[in-house]
Amino acid sequence: MIATKRAADTAIILIVLLLMWQALHQLVGATALPGPVPTLAYFAKLVPSGRFAENAWATLVCFFYALILSYGIGLAIGLWMGIHRLSGAVGEPILISLYTLPKVTLYPVVLLIFGLSLSGRVTFGAMHGVLPVALLTMGAIRNIPPVYLKSARTLHLSRWQTILTVLFPATLPEVVAGLRIGFTLTLLGVLLAEMFAAKQGLGFLIINAMQLLQAEEMMTVAVVLFAFAALANALLLWIEHRLHRRV
Amino acid sequence: MSRVGWIRIAVLVIAIGLLELCCRVGLIDHRVVIPPSQMADALIRLLISGEANDQIVRTFGIVVIAALISIVAGFALGLVIHALPRVRQSLDPFFATYYAVPIFIFYPVLIVIFGLSVIPIMLMGVATAIVAMIIATLNGLDRVPQVLTKVARVHRMGTIATALLLKLPAAAPHLFTGVKLAVSYAFIGVIASEFILAPAGLGRVISDAYSDFNNRQMYALMLLLIIVATAVNMALHVVDQRWAERRGIAKL
Repeated sequence: MIATKRAADTAIILIVLLLMWQALHQLVGATALPGPVPTLAYFAKLVPSGRFAENAWATLVCFFYALILSYGIGLAIGLWMGIHRLSGAVGEPILISLYTLPKVTLYPVVLLIFGLSLSGRVTFGAMHGVLPVALLTMGAIRNIPPVYLKSARTLHLSRWQTILTVLFPATLPEVVAGLRIGFTLTLLGVLLAEMFAAKQGLGFLIINAMQLLQAEEMMTVAVVLFAFAALANALLLWIEHRLHRRV
Repeated sequence: MSRVGWIRIAVLVIAIGLLELCCRVGLIDHRVVIPPSQMADALIRLLISGEANDQIVRTFGIVVIAALISIVAGFALGLVIHALPRVRQSLDPFFATYYAVPIFIFYPVLIVIFGLSVIPIMLMGVATAIVAMIIATLNGLDRVPQVLTKVARVHRMGTIATALLLKLPAAAPHLFTGVKLAVSYAFIGVIASEFILAPAGLGRVISDAYSDFNNRQMYALMLLLIIVATAVNMALHVVDQRWAERRGIAKL
């Protein structure tokens, strides 16, 4: 019942967005913004092409490495700062101010260190993703009811047993929320890096299309990325809700 | 200051000191990172010379305008959406997805439509900020206690009087969280757009300095952006905390 209602709402939003797109297209003309139908036609042509596959693959590989780094480092920092209270108290405001900083400012530094390479883009993507993962993991650990930890102590669980059998299941829903936001921001970081300076990837494809005034290609790539991000977010949200209900 | 505060300052000072040391000793090439003391020196000289003043005013001006538009329009939209439960329910998936989509992919589209001017940059600033304000407004209005609405009815207050005298103050702490997010998001939206492509502005000047290997200029302006962003965010954070405390007391 709720699921069908949500699906209907999503469909309504999609239709409204498409109508707004069409209206804007009528307003500014086809050269600036192609309508949904021509974009779809172009989509059918572009997506099977080797050029698209090549660039999409480049973005995916970069995103994959960046995501592993974001999750690995973010979880490690969050775990450490959540368990060790003093480090958490000292570090949290620092992490929060780094989180609100426009990290794009620092991209030239990353470029100077790594050059125009895959590692530079991966690092920049990870810089975006690490902080939300760390902050939410830390928050999750701090919010554990003290009685859980007391029972772990009563049962003489070792440090690792406590982490695996008490901390991990109790914090999972919030940690997954952190992973979801980390996913989103890592993708944003990777795409920004590709848009700013790269010779491959979907972000580069958009900027290149803009410079060549190929509005159809630009919209097509943007829509593909939009769909990818929205679907991935919906999937992770769904997992998050299920975990919340279980707890 | 608390012990934790002192430790935090010590950690930051040591980190900056280490960076300075590594740069001075030559562990870090000065073509990659210049020592922090030189960044500060370059920034002070740049500010005194006034060379970059136009760009600084331009960028921060756009941020301020984008944030103001987002706050006012976001609040108004939030009020309207809150009054229409069916619309709000339909918009739920939209709000849940909005910040998951890297909206910067639409910046080039805006450039093609509006040309390479200040408008696409401002629109990106508004686009990144406004939804946070709408969501905060909805949250705030949701948490106006039922009893206040009843008080309004007892006193026979009209819709507008209820909204202004009761709902606005009751929702204010949540609205401030929206304001805080809107400002820092507008900042991110504007700066990132300027980096990708812009006719002028701090982001453009920094990326030009990067291309010209003008590290002093690049690090000076980066330092400026970081200082301003951190100062603004910290100020907003402090005010927000204070509101949150009042919210806590109000609950009791």
